[in-house]
Amino acid sequence: MAEETESKNATKPGEDRAALNRQLAQMLKGGVIMDVTTPEQAKIAEDAGACAVMALERIPADIRAAGGVSRMSDPAMIKGIQRAVSIPVMAKVRIGHIAEARILQAIDIDYIDESEVLSPADDVYHIDKTQFKVPFVCGAKNLGEALRRIAEGASMIRTKGEPGTGDVIQAVRHMRTMNRQIHELVSLRDDEVFEAAKKLEVPYDLAKYVHDNGRLPVVNFAAGGVATPADAALMMELGAEGVFVGSGIFKSGDPAKRAAAIVKATANWQDADLLAKLSENLGEAMVGINEDEIKTIMAARGE
Amino acid sequence: MVVAVQYISKERGGEQSHDVTGILAVQGAFAEHAAMLDRLGAPWRLLRAADDFDDSIARVILPGGESTAQSKLLHSSGLFDPIEAHIKAGKPVLGTCAGLILLAEHVQTADGDTITDRRDGPYFATLPVHVRRNAYGRQLGSFHTTAPFEGIGTIPMTFIRAPFITSVDDGAEELASVDGHVVAARSGNQIGISFHPELDTDTRLHRMFLSL
Repeated sequence: MAEETESKNATKPGEDRAALNRQLAQMLKGGVIMDVTTPEQAKIAEDAGACAVMALERIPADIRAAGGVSRMSDPAMIKGIQRAVSIPVMAKVRIGHIAEARILQAIDIDYIDESEVLSPADDVYHIDKTQFKVPFVCGAKNLGEALRRIAEGASMIRTKGEPGTGDVIQAVRHMRTMNRQIHELVSLRDDEVFEAAKKLEVPYDLAKYVHDNGRLPVVNFAAGGVATPADAALMMELGAEGVFVGSGIFKSGDPAKRAAAIVKATANWQDADLLAKLSENLGEAMVGINEDEIKTIMAARGE
Repeated sequence: MVVAVQYISKERGGEQSHDVTGILAVQGAFAEHAAMLDRLGAPWRLLRAADDFDDSIARVILPGGESTAQSKLLHSSGLFDPIEAHIKAGKPVLGTCAGLILLAEHVQTADGDTITDRRDGPYFATLPVHVRRNAYGRQLGSFHTTAPFEGIGTIPMTFIRAPFITSVDDGAEELASVDGHVVAARSGNQIGISFHPELDTDTRLHRMFLSL
């Protein structure tokens, strides 16, 4: 079916593919993307109303606890999750690991997360994502990082936050930083954007887009440390277009209930009465680690 | 087209007293439909909770997104009943992509093996068609094309992990097809399409819907 479509229809590689990949992210807006490690967890996530799942062998909290080198997941495990659900399936590759990305594209993944949660494969270069047909999402702490990833071909951005901690402070810091820098860029005179692009270390055309439109040219989600319905609502309040929840769901006492509550909180983030109800009796939240108690700062990987 | 951030938090546009288009806004690309209606100068309101639905709503748009997520949120938000009553009263409804799946009487899995009759379940199931989910495959099967649409002419069509209609059943008529697969159908004032007119700049399909 896909072959027939490609031969007959007008989608050209390059620009149309980049547009289609950004548009898939648009369909995910207002939704929750959940980390899952098994087909059973993927079903729980889908039934709770997740708009996509992230397939990985170990969730960030366990990666953090286990230490050692963390890599792309086994393709067989990812395929098992693809068979289990009809929603999009994402998976992570190490920063700069071109071969892992090619492998995920070969198994028809819906979205690749070039992620600081895994051990970086390259401490200088990110993947040239313009060379791939599948879309990429990348993490960013500030506007400069976000626009550099977009220049490399990312079709969706998320805050880095600090994965596997259950501590939302870094996601908040990254989202506020990005928004403040966007506002600053918007407020400049046209002839000041050249200098701003230089300072941000980003291509001029992307700085100009943000200056003219007051937003990133791709969808921007929150990620890293979201553990409760209130955390999700906080990130939406700060301008996130949706949220990733990693360890927060399947490290908690009642994953199905918490997952459904976070989905509803993300959709109805302005409704405080509903948030109050959703926050009741969710069982134990993930334990969490404060940012000053952790040894590995994943957000510092890849600038 | 990426939509301005203001649409994510903006709840309404234009004159609000009557002839308002309600846009289901629980998850997905609802802001893109709002931007499209702004281009046409038509009043709209985002439907997030049951309170948002009142007599001023003349027609409803069910946007793209993930149909399972939308279906859960339709029920928990209390919007399912008023929208179902609206459809059953014969008032206009437009479902795009996930919205088509919410409207379809029968839904098939991507491989076509399992067919679910949704008329018994908690779905609208008011449009007499069989729809196959993710019929073009995963994201690598997404594509953009142009094709004729009944009564409008040739329009751009963007398919994102799209379904298509495998059977147009009694009471429904085909509106468009691409490569031999039906991608739009109508029954009375219900229109279900498998592509995303809100992602292109051509406003003709929305204008036609506003005329219903």
